[in-house]
Amino acid sequence: MRRLPASVVVLLLFVAAGPAIAQNVSGPAKAKAATPEIPFDSVPNFFKLPAGLYMGEGVGVATNSKGHVFVYTRSGETRLFEFDQNGAFVKEFGVGSYGFSFAHAVRVDKDDNVWAVDEGTNVIQKFSPDGRLLMVLGKRPDPLEQLALMPGGGQYSGANKPYSFHRETDIGWDPQGNIFVTDGYGDSRVVKYDKNGKFIKSVGTRGNGPLQFSTPHAMAVDAKGNVYVADRGNSRIVVLDNDLNQKAVYDTVGAPWAVCITNTPHQYLFSSNSFPTGNNFDQAPLTGEVYKMELDGTVLGRFGKAGHGFKEFSSIHQMDCRTPDELYVAEITEWRVQKIRLRPTTSTSAAPQQQK
Amino acid sequence: MKKTLPLILLALGVSLYGQPVLELNYDGNADLIQLPSYGEVAGVATNSKGHVFVYARTGHGAATLGDERTFYHGGSRLFQFDQNGKYVKEIGQGVYAVNFAQQVRVDPQDNIWIVDSGSNQIVKFDADGRYQLVLGRKPENINVRPGAGVPASGGMPAEAGRGEGGRGGEGRGGFGGGRGAPGAGINGDTFNRPADVTWDRAGNIYVADGFGPNNRIAKFTKEGDFVKTWGQTGSAQGQFNQIRGIASDANGNVYVADAGNRRIQVFTGDGAFKSQITNVGTPQAICISGGATQYLYSSNSNEPESMERGEIYKVRLTGEVVGRFGQAGKLPRQFGMVNAIDCRTENDLWVGEVWNWRAQKVTLKR
Repeated sequence: MRRLPASVVVLLLFVAAGPAIAQNVSGPAKAKAATPEIPFDSVPNFFKLPAGLYMGEGVGVATNSKGHVFVYTRSGETRLFEFDQNGAFVKEFGVGSYGFSFAHAVRVDKDDNVWAVDEGTNVIQKFSPDGRLLMVLGKRPDPLEQLALMPGGGQYSGANKPYSFHRETDIGWDPQGNIFVTDGYGDSRVVKYDKNGKFIKSVGTRGNGPLQFSTPHAMAVDAKGNVYVADRGNSRIVVLDNDLNQKAVYDTVGAPWAVCITNTPHQYLFSSNSFPTGNNFDQAPLTGEVYKMELDGTVLGRFGKAGHGFKEFSSIHQMDCRTPDELYVAEITEWRVQKIRLRPTTSTSAAPQQQK
Repeated sequence: MKKTLPLILLALGVSLYGQPVLELNYDGNADLIQLPSYGEVAGVATNSKGHVFVYARTGHGAATLGDERTFYHGGSRLFQFDQNGKYVKEIGQGVYAVNFAQQVRVDPQDNIWIVDSGSNQIVKFDADGRYQLVLGRKPENINVRPGAGVPASGGMPAEAGRGEGGRGGEGRGGFGGGRGAPGAGINGDTFNRPADVTWDRAGNIYVADGFGPNNRIAKFTKEGDFVKTWGQTGSAQGQFNQIRGIASDANGNVYVADAGNRRIQVFTGDGAFKSQITNVGTPQAICISGGATQYLYSSNSNEPESMERGEIYKVRLTGEVVGRFGQAGKLPRQFGMVNAIDCRTENDLWVGEVWNWRAQKVTLKR
């Protein structure tokens, strides 16, 4: 009983600050007014779910080299679906797995292995293309220990453990196969492993200074092995080199909820200043757009706006951009994934002069 | 320094006595068994036909919202595969005790025993999977620490049986946290995170109790009636500091993996201390092979947050180390916190890996 006051304080902090920090962090982007619009289309009714299967929150989406689309959704259970390049349902991955509790991201590596990042179990699962479990990163906490900690739960722990995560958010790989993990809500850092899952190093604490993060929410790795961290709570993208030294900061594209880098000889970076999941429509005019950028941070254009409608973006949580002209976006506050085609514009390929 | 020096020596393949330890040749096959539902493999065991039983933490434990108490369900499943790794069936679906898998063992009559450290229960199924016997009782409800606006659930506070939350320390109170004084246990089958079970030739049952603070061995008749208990917390002979495994030889001697004291203690079936084996690191999973000449296998498993050590020792029952194999890691042939070893014959082993979520078949080569 003597612990009760502390529990109350923790609980109040959680209730008061939790949603504000974790959810409603988007805002107007400095570059918005000066950025040209890119025309685009959305493909209607692309995904065909079998009868009896339902989408929940569209939290993760990724494609493989054949164009198959992997959708990671928070439905009644968290589930991972595969669709082919025409949107036909192929199969489900890891039915009933211990590692599916609260989806956060799915990514496909260069060998078409499928990696599922789950922030409810603190586990990342690596599946072969045919759905066999190949590797596990992280450890699901002992549920009995968690029970003793209820109710509430910490936000930033800073535990910085080599082989455990705390609400990790995303994963990426460099050309050598080294693994990078953004971790996450509970432990503001970026972790690097070798391709066999052996810990190499981690950087980052909670804050807004150099090598600090406030909810590193997503990441992408370019062909040179640089790591682009969507530092959502600080409304900036932090670029790290392959050894996790800070190289650059891009802070003109709002709060980056989702980032992706194209898999093309000339790589582009996309970042979503997503409409917050608090559904406060006062913020709709200020958020919702996606930015197309050069890797050096030059903003080339933007598309989309906040909303539930077709071709609008409710709260984009993950994006896939294998090529610069075709994207998939997974949305939380409308239960869907949209396939987006960007129309060619004069500004798309030759734009830098409009910005600089 | 006191702790790191032996570790460094072990990493160099040198025993604590300075002699090199023979590295045994082996193959590992981590692809033979595909779980119908992925999760942490805490237990693996074979029966006389070569069928493989896997007790895994999979799916999700769930708390029922109801009255002011909270009830815990599910969280683990028991699967059966044939000798080729083909899935046969599930056993014990929805059974009251399957909450946090800790071990599975098959007795000489092919009965299947699960040890669950969430419910603090041990359940015996016959060879066809029918319920036979239960030891221990699951606490009626779980204890949730009271918070703002949440009424206390009554019963013992959840902290009472909790230690540091890691291994090697005071252990973690499960649902039964707080029952029984630390290091004592009671004269009966109230377990605190039981770890393992074994039998002598008469069918008497020995329970390793366990990962929690009880630090005792409890003995029961084959019908499940209490016979005796021995052990308490400590480092002297007959004392334990976190018991992670138990096994018995053909003469009815009982081998106890006394992890915190980095030794395996050997007792008669009546609990009289006989000897100890101290040159195998921190024993987590142990197993005694069948056959005319029996061998003891013991895993110096990697601890949480570590990819160090992980090797498995082959030991004569006299305590002499024959050799070692393997290391911690996530690749095939490597081991991710081995919590179970099955060794029906000297060279054909199965290991259950908690951190790698798999049952791996290991074949020792001459």
